[in-house]
Amino acid sequence: MQKLLLLGDEAIAQGAVDAGISGVYAYPGTPSTEITEYIQGLKQAKEDNIRSFWSANEKTAMESAIGMSYAGKRALVCMKHVGLNVAADAFINSAITGANGGLVVLSADDPSMHSSQNEQDSRFYGKFAQIPTLEPSNQQEAYNMTRYGFELSEKYGVPVMLRITTRLAHSRAGVERTKPKAQNKMRLPSDPKQYILLPAIARKQYNSLLGKQIAFEQDSFESGNNLYIDGTDKSKGIIACGIAYNYLIENFENQKVPYPVVKISQYPVPRELINKLCESVSEVFVLEDGYPIIEELLRGMLNKGKKVRGRLDGTVPRAGELNPKIVAQALGLEFSEGFDIPEVLTGRPPKLCDGCSHTDSFLALNEALKTYSKGRVFSDIGCYTLSALKPLEAINSCVDMGASITMAIGASDAGLIPSVAAIGDSTFTHSGITGLLDAVNNNSPITILIMDNSTTGMTGGQKSSALGKVDDIVKGVGVSEKHIRVIKPLRRTHEENVKVFEEELKYEGVSVIIARRECIQTMARRMKEIARLKREKEQVNS
Amino acid sequence: MKKDIILSGVGGQGILTIAATIGTASLMEGLQLKQAEVHGMSQRGGDVQSHLRLSSEPIASDLIPEGKADMIISVEPLESLRYFNMLNTKTGWLVTSMNPFNNIADYPPLESVLNEIWKLPRYVTIDAEQVAKDQGSIKAANIVVLGAASLFLELKYESLQKAIEQMFAKKGKDMVTLNLKALKAGREYAEKKT
Ligand SMILES: Cc1ncc(C[n+]2csc(CCOP(=O)(O)OP(=O)(O)O)c2C)c(N)n1
Repeated sequence: MQKLLLLGDEAIAQGAVDAGISGVYAYPGTPSTEITEYIQGLKQAKEDNIRSFWSANEKTAMESAIGMSYAGKRALVCMKHVGLNVAADAFINSAITGANGGLVVLSADDPSMHSSQNEQDSRFYGKFAQIPTLEPSNQQEAYNMTRYGFELSEKYGVPVMLRITTRLAHSRAGVERTKPKAQNKMRLPSDPKQYILLPAIARKQYNSLLGKQIAFEQDSFESGNNLYIDGTDKSKGIIACGIAYNYLIENFENQKVPYPVVKISQYPVPRELINKLCESVSEVFVLEDGYPIIEELLRGMLNKGKKVRGRLDGTVPRAGELNPKIVAQALGLEFSEGFDIPEVLTGRPPKLCDGCSHTDSFLALNEALKTYSKGRVFSDIGCYTLSALKPLEAINSCVDMGASITMAIGASDAGLIPSVAAIGDSTFTHSGITGLLDAVNNNSPITILIMDNSTTGMTGGQKSSALGKVDDIVKGVGVSEKHIRVIKPLRRTHEENVKVFEEELKYEGVSVIIARRECIQTMARRMKEIARLKREKEQVNS
Repeated sequence: MKKDIILSGVGGQGILTIAATIGTASLMEGLQLKQAEVHGMSQRGGDVQSHLRLSSEPIASDLIPEGKADMIISVEPLESLRYFNMLNTKTGWLVTSMNPFNNIADYPPLESVLNEIWKLPRYVTIDAEQVAKDQGSIKAANIVVLGAASLFLELKYESLQKAIEQMFAKKGKDMVTLNLKALKAGREYAEKKT
């Protein structure tokens, strides 16, 4: 088959489609978003009826995928690393129920926090759940290992984790496809009680999972995903995980490393390979694009064995993404340097677009809050988080999705009255609704600003689960209609909007101000699409 | 053949179009390629860059090592400074537009930015917006910069032309013509200047 030029994300998507998935379940999150978007746009996926629309959050996505696997079909579920925290309950328990149809859980990590609030390493979750984890090092492996993941999942009857990092997710290279597999037929689990995790059954299921651990390790040894590549210079031995392997070989002429290397792309790590390496070299270097997981295991608490070098002893920086230079420095190799970066250079941080509705919402809120002391606006995660920067400097927190309303509840309980929550429409349906219910039941003196720009802006304008539903949800949860106010955030409505904020800030109960105006980027795209359809129609007619 | 290229600019300025054009042309010539892009947060008016690696041999790292870039192609002058550390000091070329994208409060005086670029041993600076305007529309400024850079790419000029035809076909004939003209004008400017 012809080679395709694909992002790592797209290679995974194509791999999953060719592996015969019947559905992909996901909530957007950089750097995982393009996987689902690719499947949404794929003709082959439409023809094969692969379901692919966005879920409300990562937990609902994970659970829907478990359901599809229960029914015997293959499902892919995708999220960014912090999304796995949201889905963790379902994820960990899916290892206990086991999988029926192949179930692959993709988690995309973001070392260096290019677009995230932390750099947690999903391989820990794989280990935590005690399931096999795959970590491809390039786009072709991403394709192959996605397909392998589904095989593995069905062979052992467990979910399989696929872990990538930003660099692979968003880098393109040629990928060769292999013959697509047809979708599974519906087939319920042979044991009708397998998915009922009552303690007695859960214990049995858990023991069955524990019993598979040796086989998982054996598979890692035999699959070809982990390699022992011998070298003549035994002064060093190197363990390189996932994409770190590329940075390693980049540093050597013809990509030939003189030292013995263990390339890791499947976990649990086969002890046999590690032992072979440690026996034959003087020092072991561990290169991981994430937390020092293998390094920590090798060192142990007392660090009395073989000398282990990596992030923990400062050979590699403790935090952040790897690159060829960091690896060269760690191994004491020569590395090149370019020109000095001129001092006149200034930073260019991201910012709200000109004409963004969020700017008008915060200008009004800032003005209404002038008479109160500072530090009362709990924000959430979305484009509007950029209002933390100059010139708006409008918010005081951003912790995790959904935390705005609930933090405002706690702060108002502590006496900070009024407290304000600022949340976007997509984040509201992701995990704000339950918090709003708490606020209503608690009759909290808080003012909640829902910025309904009718899209999931930050991640590129995906359809929001909240579209057209915000008012009804707020009403349904029990907010008094008198205190549900809808405003249009614009420069020219500024004065009236300030007044609405002032009134609601004074009210000592739950009020919700819905600021509704479409995201200008989403609107521009929508208009372009309309124009394109019109052009097409005219061509057909003429 | 091996070319390591840093592309830089501000979110929305079209560096990914340049990358895709070079990528398409190199595939036509049977080269391997890797291209690391920036998606997400920084696309909101922040700085964006892409590492584009072309080679007749297999490519290992998605990232170009520091000091190894054969070229920086930038659609914004200030942004080109951000990657000076990536450029090969012995052979590297910098090709950049001279038109500032001024969306920050502390944008330095343009002259001091250009002076830093003009200190480099190998560079082309081009008023890409004016050149593009002369060809019909300022929209093609990024392709003007690509045209100037094409002189150093070691790709056949016809491959780039074909790539543009492919890439812009969806947007209509006028866009194809405009961008082909922009490519040529950029190229001719660089030929005159070097
Ligand atoms: C648990 C989790 N999932 C996904 C993300 C990625 N993410 C950040 S903001 C955002 C969506 C924001 O949409 P919305 O609240 O509507 O605000 P907008 O960006 O449109 O202003 C997403 C999906 C995240 N940070 N955390």
